[in-house]
Amino acid sequence: MHKIGVIGDKDSVLGFKAIGLYVYPVTTAEQAESTLKKLAKDDFAVILITEQMAMQIPDTIDRYKTTPFPAVIPIPNNSGSTGFGIKNVKANVEKAIGSDIIFNDK
Amino acid sequence: MAVMRVNPTRMELTRLKKRLVTARRGHKLLKDKRDEMMRRFIELIRKNKDLREEVEEELTKALKSFVLARAAMQGEIIEEAILMPSRTMTLELSKRNIMSVDVPVIKFSDDNAENITAFPYSFASTSGELDGSISTLTELMPKILELAEIEKTCNMLADEIEKTRRRVNALEYVMIPQLEETIKYITMKLAENERGNITRLMKMKELLADKN
Repeated sequence: MHKIGVIGDKDSVLGFKAIGLYVYPVTTAEQAESTLKKLAKDDFAVILITEQMAMQIPDTIDRYKTTPFPAVIPIPNNSGSTGFGIKNVKANVEKAIGSDIIFNDK
Repeated sequence: MAVMRVNPTRMELTRLKKRLVTARRGHKLLKDKRDEMMRRFIELIRKNKDLREEVEEELTKALKSFVLARAAMQGEIIEEAILMPSRTMTLELSKRNIMSVDVPVIKFSDDNAENITAFPYSFASTSGELDGSISTLTELMPKILELAEIEKTCNMLADEIEKTRRRVNALEYVMIPQLEETIKYITMKLAENERGNITRLMKMKELLADKN
């Protein structure tokens, strides 16, 4: 049995609580970092983290990138997307292929 | 390319030739692995991009409507309404093997009974906007999970492709040329020794013939 966790500012994550996810409101990067580490040790398979928080702790997020679990997924918060999530996808393309062939139409 | 520091002997030559064969075979295999992973990766990353754009857009909408719902209601009431969720979403995990990379497969557990209502509160004290945003969030969850699965897969594949590419390049541009060079060096050295030997023998024969 594995759980889904949500980390982010309270306004953005409260909605997820209603649908049965485990919600951890945080306000600072340090809190976000320690919560993420704690959840990763626990049996959380998917951890959603708001882009605004994720941007501040890229090193911690990178650490979980190549292990099968947990999947740390940046999501937009209520003020919209910052492009952090898409940037990660782009970085993957560059890492694997060497040059960006998917996004160059923009 | 530098020649390896080896003794120019026949034994060494046989050993190096064997290594060269192995290196070539490994190079071919790794190259095939890299190409196939690249193909899978490109498929997945396209899907990843589309899905992420879709999820980001819809999620932003859902969260915005949630904020509106919050604004329309008193803080305590909304907290009370969603404090105790009627169900918890749990996941079932398994693994899938893509070119010897173990990637996760994420599914909802079966015990998420569909007949339990998504709304953990009575409708009396809450606003309609809240219902709306919660039901969109519920509908979005499968997509978010799919995104999680694909994005994780892409992360892992990208990492593995990078590693494989390095190995391929190391074999192609360092190992194999070095081995070839060394084999050539040993062959030439052995041939040179052989020539030296023959000359010496001929000289000896001449000397002996003169003496007699």
